[in-house]
Amino acid sequence: MTDDGRELRRLSVGALARVEGEGAMRVRVRGTTVEEVGLDIYEPPRFFEALLRGRAFTEPPDITARICGICPVAYQTSSVQAIEDALGVTVTDDVRELRRLLYCGEWIQSHALHIYLLHAPDFLGAESALELARSAPEVVQRGLALKKVGNDVMAVVGGRAVHPVNVRVGGFYRAPSRSEVAALEGPLTRALEVAEETVRWVGGFTFPSFEHDHEYVALRHERDYPMERGRMVSDRGLDLGPHEFEDVVEERHVEHSNALHAVIRGREDGAYLTGPLARYSLNFDRLSPRARQAARDAGLGERCRNPFQSIVVRAVETLYAVEEALAIVRRYRPPASPGSEVVPRAGRGCGWSEAPRGLLYHRYSLAADGSILEAVITPPTSQNQRAIESDLARFVEARLDLDDQALTWQCEQAIRNYDPCISCATHFLTADVQRLP
Amino acid sequence: MKRPADASGPVARAAQRRRPRLAVWKFSSCDGCQLTLLDCEDELLALADRLEVAYFLEASRAVVEGPYDLSLVEGSITTPDELERIQEVRRQSRTVIAIGACATAGGIQSLRNVLDVDELARTVYAEPSYLDVLATATPIAEHVKVDFELRGCPITKEQLLEAIGAFLHGRRPAFGTVSVCQECKRRGTVCVMVSGGVPCLGPVTQAGCGALCPAYGRGCYGCFGPAESPNVASLMRWWQDELGVEPAATVRALRTFNAAAPAFADAAAAADESGRPGGEGA
Repeated sequence: MTDDGRELRRLSVGALARVEGEGAMRVRVRGTTVEEVGLDIYEPPRFFEALLRGRAFTEPPDITARICGICPVAYQTSSVQAIEDALGVTVTDDVRELRRLLYCGEWIQSHALHIYLLHAPDFLGAESALELARSAPEVVQRGLALKKVGNDVMAVVGGRAVHPVNVRVGGFYRAPSRSEVAALEGPLTRALEVAEETVRWVGGFTFPSFEHDHEYVALRHERDYPMERGRMVSDRGLDLGPHEFEDVVEERHVEHSNALHAVIRGREDGAYLTGPLARYSLNFDRLSPRARQAARDAGLGERCRNPFQSIVVRAVETLYAVEEALAIVRRYRPPASPGSEVVPRAGRGCGWSEAPRGLLYHRYSLAADGSILEAVITPPTSQNQRAIESDLARFVEARLDLDDQALTWQCEQAIRNYDPCISCATHFLTADVQRLP
Repeated sequence: MKRPADASGPVARAAQRRRPRLAVWKFSSCDGCQLTLLDCEDELLALADRLEVAYFLEASRAVVEGPYDLSLVEGSITTPDELERIQEVRRQSRTVIAIGACATAGGIQSLRNVLDVDELARTVYAEPSYLDVLATATPIAEHVKVDFELRGCPITKEQLLEAIGAFLHGRRPAFGTVSVCQECKRRGTVCVMVSGGVPCLGPVTQAGCGALCPAYGRGCYGCFGPAESPNVASLMRWWQDELGVEPAATVRALRTFNAAAPAFADAAAAADESGRPGGEGA
């Protein structure tokens, strides 16, 4: 206690668990006031944007995939689309659809990983899915089976699940054969029910009552639920193409972090949120009827502002991705050509796509010989970080009656709501709650 | 890999009473290799029966104190903090297996080793003074004794399970050090270089991936690092003379995910200096 009778508390998690990458959380509370909340990203910087300079325009899909082993397809898709934009290359609908199939695989495996192995244990009071497996092995098995189907899709289209080898600027090196793709029909068909069961399961969890008011930002397309294409829209009137992204979003380097924070220019605070909650809330009408019904049955409205329910939204998106993958598999015929011809030229191009955890933007400037002059990459976690920190401050303030251990765990859970990828944002998670005297 | 040597000693008796303790450590990396452990969907729960998962932050918030019987180490050493942490990991671990290209050959971030890291930092960050990084990214074995290395960017499930299985049975993992060419032959893939004129690192790259890239119609890009005694300079001359590959492109091909592997690094440095693979007069 201090002279003025106010207690000072410090909560901290030195190394956050069940997130992708390395980071820490610090919370400092004086009396009933949360003085400071920080997500420290101490994942070491690897300088990808600088290392890309001087490399050939053909290399970013392989090099930027290595930013994140959990969402390599997001990096491959955003990078090839940005470079195709710079080179004036258009891809055929067949190629775009094959990209979407590969992307469905990544959504399924990444979401299943997060739902079952990273996030669900928090709702069930378990330290890990391995602990959960001791009391409910069939549940964990179900999650692993679902995850495996996603990996299978990635292996058929991309060659392997982590860092696929088949993606190139203009399309693919080889289009998989009809029979290779057809082999996915059985597993995907079985995964439909597993995915539906998953939505029911997580829909039955207990969610802390908490709502945020951040601006939602996601891609939106005239027909599809957004994955590899669309315009960037927000619930406060943004509607733009990739070339306008940097006019609207500014990246700032923050002291306690090896990541850059993105904010929307001209807004009072500028924090915004991208990822499943935003995608869902801005694109409910683009989901399949079955996914919409599953969402309603699980108690979700057409918009969702409780980050703890992001686990339900992820499950709904997983169901959608399984359905979408199955539809593409069923109508698949190998395209006449696996990709468009690509000729280097000087240019500047921008591209984006919806990584499982949110919008991923790339921009490249190329010299006449196709070598890279400049690369800019804005990953989802750096866009979300400011919103995560502000949510955490409000969340803690309402729960100061909890002891440090309980409060710290709830803070970790609150961070995991956003499926932060610290490898992407330069990776993060240790938590530290300080209550100062 | 060895289990505790003295079967009658207190350590061995304790090991018999409990499951061996597994720890998974991350240094500078993308998480893809430790994800490969979670990608063992059919084997994961059986593995968790045989091993006590004592430290694996990506999967569990429960932390069991060391020492550990088996440590899997992902990533390369790129910061002063990591320099200290790897020593502590080694002290706490009976067996250390380095997993993946970052841990065994520096990873893509080891491209900085031939560049100016301060300049790289200024390019990406507005306030590079906030960063505390080393000038180089180096493999684990440059800092501590490593009992075994798993290659690949990423490693494969099959090799990871073989390595863990071998550890549990107290034998050495059985991996060849042959080149990707042999896997292409076994798989029945027509040589992309001979038949298609596609530059391929397969002849100098260690097998293990299943010769994935040639099966997808592209040249191997060397993500499993150099095979045993590779003649890299000869292959690079062949690329230039027979396939018309620019000298700078041969240097780039060797400087990717295993850039700090000596066989690739030396050949790249020699070619970079002379503009001719294999060095002056080669």
